Order: sequence, then C-alpha cells, then structure tokens
Amino acid sequence: MNIILMFVSAALINNYVLTQFLGMCPFFGVTKKVDAAAGMGISVLFVTTLSSVLTLVFYVYVLRPLGLEYLQTPAFILIIASIVQFVELYMKKSLGSLYSTLGIYLPMITVNCVILGVALINTRYVSDEHPFLEALANSVGAGAGFLLALVLLAAIREKYENHPDVPWIFQGFPLALFSAGLMSIAFMGFQGLI
Amino acid sequence: MLPEILYPFISIGALALCFGALLGFSAKKFAVVPNEKAERIKGILPGANCAACGYAGCAAFALAVAEEPGIYTYTTCPVGGPDTAAAIARVLGVEAAAANRCAAFIKCNGKDENVKRNYIYDGPKSCIAASQLATGGNKSCAYSCIGLASCKNACPFDAIRIVDSIAVVNPKKCMACGKCVAVCPKKLIEIVPNKNRVRVLCNSGDTSKLVRANCRAGCIGCTLCQKACEAGAITVKDNIAHIDYEKCTLCNKCAQKCPAKAIIGA
Repeated sequence: MNIILMFVSAALINNYVLTQFLGMCPFFGVTKKVDAAAGMGISVLFVTTLSSVLTLVFYVYVLRPLGLEYLQTPAFILIIASIVQFVELYMKKSLGSLYSTLGIYLPMITVNCVILGVALINTRYVSDEHPFLEALANSVGAGAGFLLALVLLAAIREKYENHPDVPWIFQGFPLALFSAGLMSIAFMGFQGLI
Repeated sequence: MLPEILYPFISIGALALCFGALLGFSAKKFAVVPNEKAERIKGILPGANCAACGYAGCAAFALAVAEEPGIYTYTTCPVGGPDTAAAIARVLGVEAAAANRCAAFIKCNGKDENVKRNYIYDGPKSCIAASQLATGGNKSCAYSCIGLASCKNACPFDAIRIVDSIAVVNPKKCMACGKCVAVCPKKLIEIVPNKNRVRVLCNSGDTSKLVRANCRAGCIGCTLCQKACEAGAITVKDNIAHIDYEKCTLCNKCAQKCPAKAIIGA
C-alpha cells in the first residue's frame, strides 16, 4: 500500500516538474509537439527507473560503508551518464525505430535534473524497511509525472499555436510560461489527496 | 589519513573503470555501420529541412533514397533544383529525376483598383481570422485574396510580398515547398511550373454577373479562351477557366481573347 502511495505522491502530489520545479529545460524545450514530448517523457521514465536503482546500489554498498556520502553527486552523475551512453548504443543497434524517435533526447537526459534529483532523493530511503522497492516506486512515479506534465503542456501549446486570437506579444514562449504556471497551480490541488 | 584519500580515489576510480570498460566493449559489440551514401547525399542537400520532398527532413530523405534508389525516379528535392538533383543522381548512379522548377502562384488579381471593400477590417492581422467574418474578408469578392499576409508569414524563403493588398510570389525565391498552399484559407495558391507563364489570374466560382459586380479583373467563365485555344489546354468549369499546363503551348491566344483580362500571357 505504502509503495502505491509513494508512486502517486511522486507522480501527482510532488510532481517533479510542476511542484518541485526540476527539469524545466525539457519542459519548455521539447513541448512544442505532443509526439516529441511523449518521446522525451518515455526516455526519462526509462532512464530514471534504471539509473535510480543502480545509484542506490552504489550508495548503499559502496559509498555508505566507506563513509563517502559526500561523493554522491559526482558518483551519481558518472553512473547516469554511463547508463545513458550504454542505452543509446544498445538502442541504436537493436531498437532502430525507437532510437530514431528518441535519438536527440537521449543525450540530453544525461544532464536532466529530474534524474539526478530522483537519485539524490532516493538516498533518504536507505534506513527504511525496503529501500530499493521504495526507490523504484519513487523513480517510476517521477518518470510518469514528468511524462504527464510534458504531454499536457505540449497538448495545450499545440492548441494555441498559430491561433489568431493570441496577441503577438504573448505568442510562443511567454504563453507557454503562463500555461505552465496555471498547470502548476492546478497540480497544487492534489495536495490533500493522501 | 590515508583511507580518507585512498577510498574515494579507489571507489570512484573503480566505478569509472568498470563503466569505461563496459562502454568500450559495447561500442564494439553494438557498432552500427553508417550508411555512407546517405551521409554523402545529406551533404549535397540544402539542409533547410522544409519537408517539401515529403520526408521529415533532409536526413530522412537522404536515408530513404540511399536505401532505395528507386524512390529517386519520382521524388526529388524541389528546393535544390536541377544541380542538386544531378549531384544526387551521380551518388546513386541513376538517371536524374525530372526536376522542373516550380513556384507558388496566387490565383487572384483583387488589387485595390479592381475590388471594393465591404467594410473596414480592424481585427488580427491574419487571413485565417479575417476569413471567418461575414463575406469571408472585407473585399467585395468572396474568393479574393485578403492580403493580410498569412502566406507571407508562413514562407520560410521570404518569397511572398503583399502588393496593392494582394499576395505576390517572387518565383526566383520561391522553392515550391507548399507551406503557403496549406495556410491560405481561400485555397488560392497553386504550385505551377515556372516555364508555364500563361495562367488564369482568378479563382472565382461566381457567375459572370456577380463577378462583374464585385471585381474588374475576374474570370466570367465566357469560354472565349476555351474556343481560342488550339491545343485544347483550356476547360471552363464552374464559371472559371482552367489551363492544363502539360498541354499549353504558350501561344498566348487565350490571353489576347480574354475580355476580362483575367489570363496573363507569356
């Protein structure tokens, strides 16, 4: 039960994009078209699930026993970057069509703050009963929440793209900022859910 | 003292070494042979990614023709023109696709001197918005170019100007990408081969009486051009003349006969 609640919390209540304001660059950068936003969201969901578990393994079995918690940021970045590279190589060979869809977004994920943020936040759960299960729920929730936020904003932006009623001074990026702000307020409504 | 320096060094170093080995190994194992022909064709293409060829961009087109040269016999890059077509054909080792240079053409002569204004329009500067209003824009002819530059704004090559409140295409700059064709709410724009300079400068489906009342330069559907054409290239249908550009011999007889001066000659 607790695991399901953690997933819902990460996806909706503490949505990494709309309530914690992590990962703003892809949130505005790749939300002009729904397909591109979905591609980016799925890539992040995939990489964050994989990397958060591996970073936690390294944290629990190497960094903590040696008393090296202060090295978590560079170590996590190293792990995330390597995983992204590996996934990219593997996809290019074996999943050609998926690679051409996600192609340009995969390298960008290396420096995506949602993924590092999830990895760092997951280190809170090490003293709990099932740290890996909780970390997995949190990461999948974070990825799903990221995907949801990106697809929603992209759908809104597609609607008013080239709409003649939009004053020229608000066209494009300014109106995207307004929409994101309103979406963020809407997501605050989830606060009392759990 | 020593462990404090040694442990971080060893742990991070070992991690980096492991991942380095893994990546080095997988780079060999998952190596993909790049398509050499596609890379060369990509170098030849203009790189505008306008998608006029029907593919998602220059890279997608290059990959498609490199993998299946048969495509190239009927699809080519309209932006690059004959030089690019010939260069790609050399890479592929096939006959060059027939690359007739085409340009957009706006089938309207509703200049301020030819049409009247029904009312003063003060809304958004967009043909799409203006065409939603009564009579589809404020010009007396409902088929007329509104002249609010939606096509000009859509043009990636800066080939369209608004002259006397109608849009005019510069065929030298136009790359026939078709973006303006898609955006025009009056469906006035057509992609026409550059060599076919005899064209009907009107798109009105109204009867002759209405056309006469609304515009001084509109086609009234009198069929004089159809009778004058020796090549049988002109048909008058739904009160408007159509020229078959394949059959037209550029003899200019239709332009001389047209009482409304709605056909422009070569």
